[in-house]
Formats: sequence, structure tokens, C-alpha cells
Amino acid sequence: MHGPSPAKLLYHFHIVGQDFTIAGEVSSKIRRILQQIGASPDTIRRISVATYEAEMNVVIHADEADVTLEADAGIIRITIADHGPGIPDVEKAKQPGFSTASEEIREMGFGAGMGLPNILRCADDVSIDTVVGEGTRITMEFLNSPEA
Amino acid sequence: MAERTNTFHAVRLIQDECKGCVNCIKHCPTEAIRVRGGKAEILELRCIDCGECIRVCPNHAKTAVTDSMEMLKDFRVRIALPAPALYGQFEEKITPQDVLDGLIDIGFDDVFEVALAADLITVQVRRELEKSGVVRPLISSSCPAVVRLIQVRFPNLIDNIVPVVAPVRLAALLARKEAARRFKVAEDEVGIFFLSPCPAKVAAIREPVGFHSRATDGVIPISEVFGLLGKAIRRNRRSNRPRVRPRASPLGIGWARAGGENQAVALGRQISVDGVHNVIKVFEDIERGKLSNVDYVEALACVGGCVGGVLAVENPFIARRRIRMLTEPSPGEKSGNRQSPESMVDSLDDSLFRHEEPIQPRPAMALSDDMEEAIQRMERMEAILETLPGLDCGSCGAPTCQAMAEDIVRGLGVETDCVFVLRERLQELAQELGELSSKLPPAMKRSESHEQDELERMLGWSGRAPRK
Repeated sequence: MHGPSPAKLLYHFHIVGQDFTIAGEVSSKIRRILQQIGASPDTIRRISVATYEAEMNVVIHADEADVTLEADAGIIRITIADHGPGIPDVEKAKQPGFSTASEEIREMGFGAGMGLPNILRCADDVSIDTVVGEGTRITMEFLNSPEA
Repeated sequence: MAERTNTFHAVRLIQDECKGCVNCIKHCPTEAIRVRGGKAEILELRCIDCGECIRVCPNHAKTAVTDSMEMLKDFRVRIALPAPALYGQFEEKITPQDVLDGLIDIGFDDVFEVALAADLITVQVRRELEKSGVVRPLISSSCPAVVRLIQVRFPNLIDNIVPVVAPVRLAALLARKEAARRFKVAEDEVGIFFLSPCPAKVAAIREPVGFHSRATDGVIPISEVFGLLGKAIRRNRRSNRPRVRPRASPLGIGWARAGGENQAVALGRQISVDGVHNVIKVFEDIERGKLSNVDYVEALACVGGCVGGVLAVENPFIARRRIRMLTEPSPGEKSGNRQSPESMVDSLDDSLFRHEEPIQPRPAMALSDDMEEAIQRMERMEAILETLPGLDCGSCGAPTCQAMAEDIVRGLGVETDCVFVLRERLQELAQELGELSSKLPPAMKRSESHEQDELERMLGWSGRAPRK
């Protein structure tokens, strides 16, 4: 599915589940890297939104996740692999407003059911591999374009 | 890509006063300062003229380029544009009326309150918020340091800036027309002087963002007129003869403090954020789409709002209280303005409220204009970063180890600029030197005792019993 050429930049990050105080840190770091390589504002915006949503999904639902950022001048690929409950019905989860977040988390202002829909809207390509009881791996691809 | 640069910056360094400490580099919100050769250097592409460095410099080595009262003599008619923050600089018994009269006493022919323009801008901002389908949240355009911050660090948010000019711009345009009419002179014989709490306004006025024309002739710091004006006000209070009619509403004056603009606009879901580092946090959240349920963001670079500007004099917290008290009209008091702000806005040309050209992104974070090269530099930067201690001490002249690594790949530094790397290298060198120094030629060397024994044994020396 993915192109054969290996991405040049490779970064690894770690997300800790249930820790709302540092949620968003990984997307901030990725944002800075993208600014430094001169990705276009639009690319940065789409990636910021999608990574933040994916990061929040991990914080809300999973124990932890490993994040990989691969980037070259053509494509930016972000993979988020978590150890979590998995998604029983991916098609349902793609629907705006569908959420399995607890009441407690919704009261905190999260879990509005826009995570996957926003990711699908922002990324140029998304693949979701999930096994119930084991975890979920989301791979998002974005076409990279230089600053306009 | 040709990088757009704002050639004019209001924040400057006074070379002789700078001791080369790291206070300013650590506080700069855009990492725009480096210490080189014992002096701070401002990277022009990144500077947003917020004045944080002026605030934190213990040696007062940072200053703002401004105009002085001297400039008044270059014009036939001189109009003062007092920033709303000016009303908060004096003790409580001094009213806006006193302040405006005082401005006449110190050499101005008339006054146009920026707070009055704020009343009109309030109406326009409200109308923008009422339009459906526009970007959310809208961000106030009133703080010029925030607008520049968006250009440099958040180019994505340019479309979120409310398409209405800042009050000082509108005030200047209206004041010039009014003065030309009233004093029967040509518009270019009118000198418009903004009395400013802030260096970013100086830059915004000399080199406007979103305009190709300049509307204000001079920017005089509040700190420069403070003494003169205070004296004039106290002298004048005895004569008690009003000469200028205040027209701004209490809510317009309220724009001087954080929260005041929102209080005036009072529409939709608003948040107010002050202090440039807090603004950055909120902007990151906006970019992630986290604040799409907010309609309006009043974002001010200075803590407390404009009363916290580095060119203001009074303690910002005291000034903020005074402004808040002025914002609460005493019972029975009427605004001096005969016309409602809404009807004034309707009588004016809409173009007065609009930017003349789009606000341009000014991204200054990329490691190279060429992405391939930027990525290569990025890899090198990460490798260099591994070797740095991560203390972010600033001794190298860059604010963080990361910033230093960036500088190195940009060709602006070497690894041994880091005192810890340098010490490590020296240690290695010293060790090597020590080892080398013990390696004397055999002819000179005093041998170790076991070597001596071996030598003696080989040479067949006798007279000593071989050791066991």
C-alpha cells in the first residue's frame, strides 16, 4: 500500500494513556519539526488537527502508544500504534458523533465522536488496523508540499 | 522562496549597556535573539516587536525606537491620539477630561481618542461575528505583536484574524480628515501623533501590516509625555476650563485592559488571553481545532493588556484597576458623544475599516528554503542535539540546546560554542596530553622498577639476587 521509497526523517514518540496534562505534546513536537522542514501552512494545519485527534484517542481509550513520524520531501507518514481496547466497529467509529468515551471523559470536554472523522477529513490517506482487546494502529499519510 | 522581511523593527539594542547575559534570549517568544561577541543580536526575520526583551533586560539595554515631542514642530496642526491605556496612568481623581485637556496644554491642537475609534471597531467586530459561515474562532487584530506572531509562527491562523483594522489605524484616518476640516488646512499639514504604551505599535505604524499606506506621522511613548502631561493636568485642574470634549464611551476606554475588548463586543463565546506565552498556547490549540467552539479570541501580548505595555509608566495592575473603574459609568452620567457608535459606523465608508492588502505569512522557522536541504539539516541537527547536554543554559548565546543545534546547521555556530562540549573536548585533550607527556624517548625515560629489573636481567647485570 505504501510507496517503496523510504522516508528520510524518522522520529519516535511515546504517548501515555489517561494523562490529560501532557496530552497534545506529541502533536506540538511534530508541528515544530514540520515548520523546520518548511512544510506548507496548510499541510501543518491538517497534520496538527489529525495528530492531535489521534493523540487524544490514545489518551482517552488506551494505555500507551508509539508514534512514528516519517517524512521526506514527498510524503509525511504518521503511525500511531496503541495498546488499547481496539475498535470493534471501525465503520461506526468513522461516523461523526459516534463515541464510546465514558461519561466522565465527556464531562471533561472530550470524546465528542469527532476523532476519526477529523482524521479522515485531514489526512490524504488513512489506514486503520485494529484488533479488539489488543490495540489499534492508525497510519496517516499527507502529501508534503513546500511553503506556498 | 524569497522571505518577506519587515525591515523596520522598533525594538533595538543599546550596545554599550548590554552585558551579554541570557535574560532576553530566554524570554523571547520567537527565539529571535542570540548573544554574539558578548552582545545580544536580534534576528530581524523573527522579531515581532513585542517588547518582552525590553521588559526583562536587567541592564536596560533594550529600547524602542520612537518619535519625540520635538517632531510636533514639523506640522502646522498637531493632533494627539491618546491610547486608552493613557487614562490609566494617573491617580483616580484625574478624569479622561483632565487628560485630554492636558494634551492641549503640552502642545497639541486637538485630540482624537483611540478609545472612540475602539467604539466604532467594536460595532464592526460585532457585525463580523454575526455573519454566518465565517472562520471560528476569529482573532482580534488590535494587538500588533499578536498579528506579527501569527505571521511568523502561526501562518495558518492568518484567516482567523478578524477583517477589521485596529482602533489606532481608524483613529488616525478619521482624525486627519476632522483636523483638516476644522483647522482649514491640507491633510498633509496635519501631524497625527499616537501616544503609545507599546513598541509593536511603533513598528505597526511605520511599516503597517495589511496596508500600503501609513496613517500616523509619529509615535510618542506614554513614558515620554507622562511627566509633562502630569504637570499640565495638575496645573490645569485649578483653572477648570474644559477645552476638549471627550467622546469615547467607557467601554471604548476599557480596551486598555485585557478583557475590555470582549466586554465591549459582548457577543458569542469569547475568550481573552494576555501575555505572549499564553497567547502561543491558545494559538496552538486553535490550530489543532480544539477551540472551534469559541467565537472570538481577544489576544494581547502584554500581561494585563495594553496597560502592561513596556512604554507605559504606571504599574499595570494599578492601571488596570483604574481602567476598570472608568469602564463602570457612574449613575446618571452620559457619554459625551452625541451620535451612537452604530450610526457613526454607518455614516463612514466601509473601506476605512478594512485592511488594504492581505496580511502575509512570514514563516521564519524553516531550516532552509529548500525542503530536501531542510530535511538533511534536520537529520544533522538531531545528531548534534544528541551530543549537547540539554540544560538549555543559554551560555552558547542561543536560548536552548535545540536552538543552538539549529544555528549550527544553519552555519551560525559550532559545537564547541557549548561550554560543556568544549569542556569535554578539553578533558579529552588534557588526558591525551598527559598520556603523551609520559611517553618520553627511551633514552630519557626513568623506567618503572619492574622494567628496570627486566632490563638488568637482559643486560646480565650481576651482584643482585633475582627477585622471586
